[in-house]
Formats: sequence, structure tokens, C-alpha cells
Amino acid sequence: MYKLKIKLLLLLFLIALPATALAVAPDLRPSPPATQAQVAALQQEIAHAQTAGDNAWVLVSAALVLLMTAPGLTLFYGGLVRRKNILGTMMQSFAMMGLITVLWALVGYSLAFGRGTPFIGGLEHAFLRGVGLAPNSNYGGTIPEQTFMVYQLMFAIITPALITGAFAERMKFSSMAVFLSAWSLLVYCPMAHMVWGVGGLLNTNGGAWPVFDFAGGTVVHITSGVAALVTALYLGKRVGYPETKMAPHALVLSFIGAGLLWFGWFGFNAGSALSAGPLATSAFVNTQFAAAAGGIGWVVAEWLQNGKPTALGAISGAVAGLATITQASGYVQPMAALAIGVIAGVVCSLMVFKVKKYFGYDDSLDAFGVHGMGGTMGALLTGLFASSGINAVFGVDASGHALATGAIGGNWRQVGNQAMGAAIGWALSIVGTLALLFVVDKLMGLRVSPADEAEGLDLSQHGEEGYDFNG
Amino acid sequence: MLKIEAVIQPAKLDAVKEALIEAGIEGMTILEARGHGRQKGHTEFYRGREYTIDLLPKVKIEMVVNDDLREKAIQAILGAARTGHIGDGKIFVSRVEDAIRIRNDERGENAI
Repeated sequence: MYKLKIKLLLLLFLIALPATALAVAPDLRPSPPATQAQVAALQQEIAHAQTAGDNAWVLVSAALVLLMTAPGLTLFYGGLVRRKNILGTMMQSFAMMGLITVLWALVGYSLAFGRGTPFIGGLEHAFLRGVGLAPNSNYGGTIPEQTFMVYQLMFAIITPALITGAFAERMKFSSMAVFLSAWSLLVYCPMAHMVWGVGGLLNTNGGAWPVFDFAGGTVVHITSGVAALVTALYLGKRVGYPETKMAPHALVLSFIGAGLLWFGWFGFNAGSALSAGPLATSAFVNTQFAAAAGGIGWVVAEWLQNGKPTALGAISGAVAGLATITQASGYVQPMAALAIGVIAGVVCSLMVFKVKKYFGYDDSLDAFGVHGMGGTMGALLTGLFASSGINAVFGVDASGHALATGAIGGNWRQVGNQAMGAAIGWALSIVGTLALLFVVDKLMGLRVSPADEAEGLDLSQHGEEGYDFNG
Repeated sequence: MLKIEAVIQPAKLDAVKEALIEAGIEGMTILEARGHGRQKGHTEFYRGREYTIDLLPKVKIEMVVNDDLREKAIQAILGAARTGHIGDGKIFVSRVEDAIRIRNDERGENAI
């Protein structure tokens, strides 16, 4: 491969040289052949140019993913709670931006992406030791490893923040901070390592069950969605649920938040290409298509069922489409993304309308209904729709044909791999979340007192009010 | 002296206010209120959950007028606030014993 490149470059050089010489001056004397040094310099220039382009895109993507947490998710969730809880709800997500960042620098990055066992990384990168500005060939070989590290940090931040939707309006701030910090190390880091880390159990490059998870359908949405369900069940319902009215207090804020989530998701999915090449384009296009189809799917489903197309339904459906396409975004064709989006919108709406009502759990802002369900469906649908024409992740056979990646290409095994990945995500999240909830509950208690819950998290937890109408 | 209290639809506030000023009423107090009479609210849907909203936003206008303005004031409110549909609101009239202007201690009809 390397030799071939040199030969091609040499050839290009030889062809180009007389042409430019002719253009400058009609000198027909033969030019001296390119030296090895010239070729090497040229190659270095090319590498620099690619690093510049790739690094620019991934850095911008990192900022976009952070934008999804605040203000995206904080506004989305903040608008959905009652007025007395908006600051408490926003603070829960914002706290993750502080806590997880520090943890990531100390040990989180190393546990997720360091060399270790198939289940969790070791401590080689603790305190970011050895994580410098040179690329790491395992993780986006053209960008500085610190770019990769900070990009992955943004995913580690939003994942626990998503869970906060399930226990909205009733958890103590202190317990929430301890619980989610520990959850990040005990559930998120191992899952990220298994799927994306070098030597991971589910890594597409040599894992026992190679799982396609382009931007974190399993790592982010299944783990957080399932943890959301477990937490909602463990904590119990809000006082007065479901008899009292607990309608969203400011859907306008939720609208702005959903718009920012959609916008930031381009960084989440297309940035996961870790380069600015065609794969990023594919993920970008799929993201847009699935979000649109998800919004339409949800709205049509509820229009038929409840008689009205609601604004909250439209934004919920778009988020469901985005959560579901996350895993597939760099593996499937655009038409598959449309199909995945519609399925996500319809199924997630049924989860929220029917299943939640039937079982009666109080997943307050539907973190499980949207992210848990969307992530799980996304895992399976990726196995179904993955196309080697988009991402030939399994390489080529002897005759140069790309090996089938998904079931529509003939590789039905992949659906099994995806199911295995989802099952491990569910199991890890159930066990880890339950254990942590139990410990934190015994140590410091999880719920605010009924009096504090009635007063609202803003005043009882933070001593502030989101809205002061007499100010 | 009479106190006239009118509970009306919030959307009719501007029209009622103008009609009252035109009728010669010089002072009034506006309160944002919630309530219902025979109109029993409406339903809202959030993520498939149905909520019955029985207390609806209303505006309450309070004014104290001399006896001779009674019919003019009532007609002004009726003319501006009526849509003919349920939920248009109500007017209550009651007698007031005294009125005192805080600035200069004027009493009775001079104070309003």
C-alpha cells in the first residue's frame, strides 16, 4: 500500500512537472527526477492538510455535542417540568458538565479508552498521562489524541444528564451528584470501552461480538435510557402522580432546547466519523432524515390517536428519531435512515402513550421511552440496514468486494451481534444502576422530603427561583 | 356609591376599558384571575396524558362609581364584553359605604 502510494505520487509528480515547466517557459530539456526527500516532504504536507481539515471538524463537533447538554437538554427538560423545578432540573444537567469533566481527566478517559481487559480500560491514561497532541492510531489516526479525548468527554457528559429526565422533580441534588458521578465510572466507562475501546469485547476491530455503534446508540442511549427506567422504578412516583396536573410549564423553552439538540446532533453523529471525509457526510445526511421522519411519525401517530397534532409530540418525535439513528448514522443508506426515523417516532410515542400508562411508572420526562427504546431499536435496526456501500467496516474479500455488514447485505449474524451488544448494555445498566442507587440511598437518601418536593427543587435545593415575577 | 365588579374574558379587556372610559368612568382596578362558572374548562394533552383544565384565565375589573353612572357602566361592559358564548363572565353590583382619598382625606363621592 505504502509503496503503491509513493509510486503514484512519483508518477503524478513526473507528469505534472513537464506540464508546469511548459507553462512557465518552453524549455524542453528533461527535468531531474524527484528525490526521495522531495517525495517525503510532499507526503508530510498532505498529512498536515488532512489533519487540519479533520481536526477542525472534530473540534467543532465537540463543541456542538456540549451544546446539546447545555443549553439543549437543560432547556428541553427545564420546560417540561413544573415552574418550581426549572432551576433544579437545569442544574442537574449542568452539574454533569463540571463533575464528569473532572472525572474524565482523572480516570474516566483511561477507563474507557485505555488498554485493559475486554470489559474496562486500565489506568495507563490516568491523569491524561500520555494523551498528547500526537494522533493515536486506534482512535482517529489523523487528529491529535487530545481532540479525541475532549470529543469523547462531551458524550460522557450528556449520557448521565439524559437520565435526569426520569427522576425529575424529586431527587436530592447532593445524592444526584454522587449517584451520577459514580454511574459514569461504573456503567458508562465500561460500556464505552467494550464498544469503542481498543481490545473491547464488542469492538468492530477484533471484538468477540463486533457491534456497530457509530455514535453511541448502545453506549449512550441504551445505558442512560435503561438507567432512567431503573431509577424511576426505584425512586417511585412524584407525590400526586398521576392524579394531579403535572403538565410542562414552558413548552417554548422545550422547543428551543429541542432545536439545539437537533443542531448539536450533527456534531454527535457526523463528528463520530473522526474525520471530515465522506463518512461524516453520510452520518450528517442520515441524522437530518431520521430526525425529520421521527417528528412526522410521532405526530401522525398521536393525531390518529388523540385527535390533535401537538407541538410537544413533534419535538419528542424528532428527538426519538435522533436517538434511534445515532447508532446507525455512519452505517446505513439515506432511505434506511428515513425508515428508521419513522419507526422510532411511532414506537416511542406508543411507549409513552400506552406502555408507561399501562405499567404506571413515573418516567417523568420519558428518558426511557425515548432514549432507552430508541437506543434499543437503533441497535437492532443498524444490524438490519447496515450497508457495506456506506462503511465497509469488515474490509474486502480476496476479489476486492466489500464484505457484507448488515442483514440486507446478507450478513444476518450482525443482527445477533447487535442484540448481544444491546443485551449487555441493558444488563450492565440494570445491575450498575441498582447497586449504586441502593448504596447512595443507604448512605444519604435519594429523595427530597415530601415538604421539599411540594415546595419545589428550586427553593428547597438551591434557595433560588427560576422566575421572579415581582422582581 | 356603588361598586361594580365584572369578571370577563381576558381578550375583551381592552374593549371594555375603552368603553368604560367613554362612558365617563375615571378609575378602575384590573386583576388577573382564574375561575369558572357553568363553563367547565377544557382538556389539554401532553405526551398522551390528558389534563382537565377547569380554572380558566379571566380578568376582573373593579370600579366604584356614583349612583347615576350605574346603567352607563353596565351597558358599556355588556356591549364590549359579550360574545354570546358560554364563558363571557358576570357583573356584580354592590353598595359602598364610604370612600377616602389617601392624599388629602377627601370623603364620599368627592373621593372617587
